[in-house]
Amino acid sequence: MASPQSGEAYEQENVHEVYQQIAQHFSATRYKPWPIVERFLTSLSPGSVGLDVGCGNGKNLMVNRDVFIVASDRSENLARIALQHQPHSTVVADILELPHQDARFDFAISIAVVHHLSTPARRTQAVAEILRTVKPASPTQEGGKVLVYAWALEQKNSRRGWDTGDAQDRMVPWVRKGDQPQTFHRYYHLYEEGELERDIDNAGGRVLESGYEKDNWWAIATPKTGQA
Amino acid sequence: MKVITANFVTCAVKECKTSPASFPLHFHDAELEQQELEFQPEFIRNVIPRIDWEALRATANELGFPSLPDAKPEGEALENEQTMRDLHRMLLETHVSEGKLVCGNCNHAYMIKEGIANFLLPSHLGEIYS
Repeated sequence: MASPQSGEAYEQENVHEVYQQIAQHFSATRYKPWPIVERFLTSLSPGSVGLDVGCGNGKNLMVNRDVFIVASDRSENLARIALQHQPHSTVVADILELPHQDARFDFAISIAVVHHLSTPARRTQAVAEILRTVKPASPTQEGGKVLVYAWALEQKNSRRGWDTGDAQDRMVPWVRKGDQPQTFHRYYHLYEEGELERDIDNAGGRVLESGYEKDNWWAIATPKTGQA
Repeated sequence: MKVITANFVTCAVKECKTSPASFPLHFHDAELEQQELEFQPEFIRNVIPRIDWEALRATANELGFPSLPDAKPEGEALENEQTMRDLHRMLLETHVSEGKLVCGNCNHAYMIKEGIANFLLPSHLGEIYS
């Protein structure tokens, strides 16, 4: 885990630079949206405008062409791959400093992203930053919805086999295949049961629905309003 | 970067978000290119209610498009095919391939290179989140 002073520098070395290096191979292995993500995106009303924060290669931009998504990624190499998905748009941005107005969007997704932030404060801040961009509920409209996914500690049937009680902060290898295979290590924080919901609550969000899907914890949240 | 995108981005600097001068960002030295995209009038019709019309008028003006109507098209105006085609062409088919997006509050310039805008802040403008 990063020391408090160096969270940003630590992630630069152990997350951002790795994705720049593995972008193409990583992208070639990521082509199918996860079922809950697909359900969330297809349930949006046509014309909804939202964000995909940490869009990677943009695989979730293929789900719904009736909404408009401004996707962003910290890796320019991944953002360039995501650019191909119409009618959406892709920019390079940092999850802690999103270039978007407050309360502007109908929805946001951030799939398998917040687990790359290296301190509790940065993970909570990332969720708060996403919540800030969606419309809060008002007497006349439903609040904007945010879907967040993070890798679970409890995955004893996975290839990795981690489970309750194991270390949550990990360097996870990525083997880039090719003529000269090369191994890279990415930093991950593995979420334990209830942790994502706790972070969302601390970030000013109200959890509407949450669950576990294929080695990941997920939650759908909306900004808390005065009375909530 | 599609022109529509400028309607949904602003300065990444936290302090600028509360300043009306930070939105929309201003295009400088913009090079435009057209990329054909299938015309979907329903898409335009559905997205228009989410567009900040004042901001779009300012953007269109900076990029040298003919003036947009003062008021956002509503009701019957949304059935006018020419209006929908013009908006489709400007919002979705016109891309800014090179140039800058400049914040009217802090004057920071975000570079657009090969069609992609970069909103990462230099460390002196960013917040420190430990």
